[in-house]
Amino acid sequence: MTKARIRWHILVFLAPAVIIYTAVMIFPLFNTLRLALYAKIDQERVFVGLENFRTLFFDPIWSEQFWNALGNNFWFFLIHMLVQNPIGIALAALLSHPRLRFAALYRSAIFIPTILSFVIVGFAWKLILSPIWGIAPSMLDAVGLKSLYAPWLGKEEYALTTLALVSVWQFVGIPMMLIYAALLTIPEEILEAGEVDGITGMAAFWKIKLPLILPSIGIISILTFVGNFNAFDLIYAAQGALAGPDFSTDILGTFMYRTFFGFQLQLGDPHMGSAIAGAMFAIILVGVCIYLFGIQTRMRRYQL
Amino acid sequence: MTRNTLTLALATTALVATGAYAQDATLTIESWRNDDLKLWQEQIIPAFEAKHPGIKVNFTPSAPAEYNAVLNSKLDAGSAGDLITCRPFDASLALYDAGHLADLSDLDAMSNFSDVAKSAWQTDDSSATFCVPMASVIHGFIYNKDAFAELGVDVPTTEDEFFAVLDAFKEDGSYIPMAMGTNDQWEAATMGYNNIGPNYWKGEEGRLALIAGEQKLTDEAWVAPYATLARWGAYLGDGYEAQTYPDSQNIFTLGRAAIYPAGSWEVSGFNSLADFEMGAFKPPVKNAGDTCYISDHTDIGIGMNAATDNPEAAKTFLAWVASPEFAEIFANALPGFFPLSSTPVEIADPLAAEIVGWRAECESTIRSTYQILSRGTPNLENETWGASVAAIKGTATPEELGARLQEGLANWYAPQQ
Repeated sequence: MTKARIRWHILVFLAPAVIIYTAVMIFPLFNTLRLALYAKIDQERVFVGLENFRTLFFDPIWSEQFWNALGNNFWFFLIHMLVQNPIGIALAALLSHPRLRFAALYRSAIFIPTILSFVIVGFAWKLILSPIWGIAPSMLDAVGLKSLYAPWLGKEEYALTTLALVSVWQFVGIPMMLIYAALLTIPEEILEAGEVDGITGMAAFWKIKLPLILPSIGIISILTFVGNFNAFDLIYAAQGALAGPDFSTDILGTFMYRTFFGFQLQLGDPHMGSAIAGAMFAIILVGVCIYLFGIQTRMRRYQL
Repeated sequence: MTRNTLTLALATTALVATGAYAQDATLTIESWRNDDLKLWQEQIIPAFEAKHPGIKVNFTPSAPAEYNAVLNSKLDAGSAGDLITCRPFDASLALYDAGHLADLSDLDAMSNFSDVAKSAWQTDDSSATFCVPMASVIHGFIYNKDAFAELGVDVPTTEDEFFAVLDAFKEDGSYIPMAMGTNDQWEAATMGYNNIGPNYWKGEEGRLALIAGEQKLTDEAWVAPYATLARWGAYLGDGYEAQTYPDSQNIFTLGRAAIYPAGSWEVSGFNSLADFEMGAFKPPVKNAGDTCYISDHTDIGIGMNAATDNPEAAKTFLAWVASPEFAEIFANALPGFFPLSSTPVEIADPLAAEIVGWRAECESTIRSTYQILSRGTPNLENETWGASVAAIKGTATPEELGARLQEGLANWYAPQQ
């Protein structure tokens, strides 16, 4: 009997990816989580266990900011789910219509903002909405709706929703493209069979296409969730690290940045910052697990 | 070619090295002011070298955002320059505590500076001073002289006059009375609260009492500036809530606004942009004849690397930085950044000269939140930004703001507990 040969080539071929991924992703991730268990006391790094998390969740000064950021983050996510994804699906349905002219043009135009830098999007929209130089007030004025204009980015009650909608504008191309691809995979025969049974037009969308693209919608939802809870750039570019006015646009990303790197006279605290990063990681992990085990496994798949 | 260049470079280094040996010392300055490179190379260093032929000086700035990190790693590695440009307060104090900056208390030239000027680079108990103060920025209001002449209003000196002028501009309607926005938040605190505040808390007296725990942020002197800021909202432009700092600068320099709550660092920029005549007035006092207080905020200093090989040469340079000669070169090359030495300096720029003239009439102080009080969590400076914005917008009453700030400060600062 010969001993099973160790298949070295598998290790050799896996090694580059594993080493690089470990070095740039896995190690930093676990090191950040480890960093959250320490604190700097009198110039010395001391192990404090879960003390940083206790501060974060139970010290009123920290917890107030944390819950505010988390609440804002959920609102940010909700706007995306309620606005971005339905619009994305609707656009995809329109684009996949066989008789639509200039479909390729629309598709590119809607997708282009996605490839723009956050900084460009943040500054462009800041200018568009600016009460002084912006075109928003004059455009509203032109149609006689000037009274509807408000300095949205400067008002506590509107700023976060405005930024969420800007983000929707930027990213609506992603769900559109994914759903569009899913719609294209639906075989003509199924739709024709439906037509024979008298299911046409809107009914065909609701009864045939939508159930078939549900898995894609699930994927989009989880991508939106992860993207939104990791968001930082747009808020930072538009409102700065203090996420004004009065922290009304503060989300976990900006809260973490401010704490970790410091801001103005506030010195950076890498340990508390890591604790916030750890909390973000946990939130996203829980969200993804709920999706993977709670939703995806129950989703019905249809053999096409 | 490359090799030749290298040989040449080596030869040059060798020459410079022997030259330096014969000439006593070469000093290297670490700085974040890369904007000022030309000024140092063309004016400051030649002036110094002419007086002190034995000492050569190199100015080697790095990018402002990277300066603290670059400097720290150089200091730890022992490769930092002999002279170190100092940020005010805690950043430099940390370097001194770590033994990187030398104690300069016994430098004779230190007597050229007031206690306020030195406070940014001293230990908390003022026992050691570790940087020579170089420049400060002064707060006040810059105004459009043409607009004032058009409406025939006088420059205000008291608070009532100040609001009367604002009312006049509001009624007239052709100018935005005051150019400031709350979007970026810091202007409200820096050009708002800490601009007008010293007149209420009596400058250093109130600031030191707050640090000592003898006054509280809920006291009348600290709450009243918020009440005044609350009245500003009505005179700011439409949609000021979303107006940013560059927006305000542009509105003013385009001649669309009458008054701009300012820091003196705006002077050179405004001079090149505005095509109308500008003047400045200091923060208005409550009643005519009251002592006035101005925020004369310490911003740049220069200290000595404790590990330098040329301490004597470095001290010679620092003594020269403390001299009136340096002050005059620096002040005129960078109008709006004012030297801190007690000897008055001739400044050619009329607007900058007007602003620095307030030092003779008023008591100087620095921003209330910068020394010691912004070390803990929540950070008092950041909180003050938010509070000043809330005051202007009217989303909270001055008393609520005072109470909230006091609660935050008392949370970590023992003298206030």
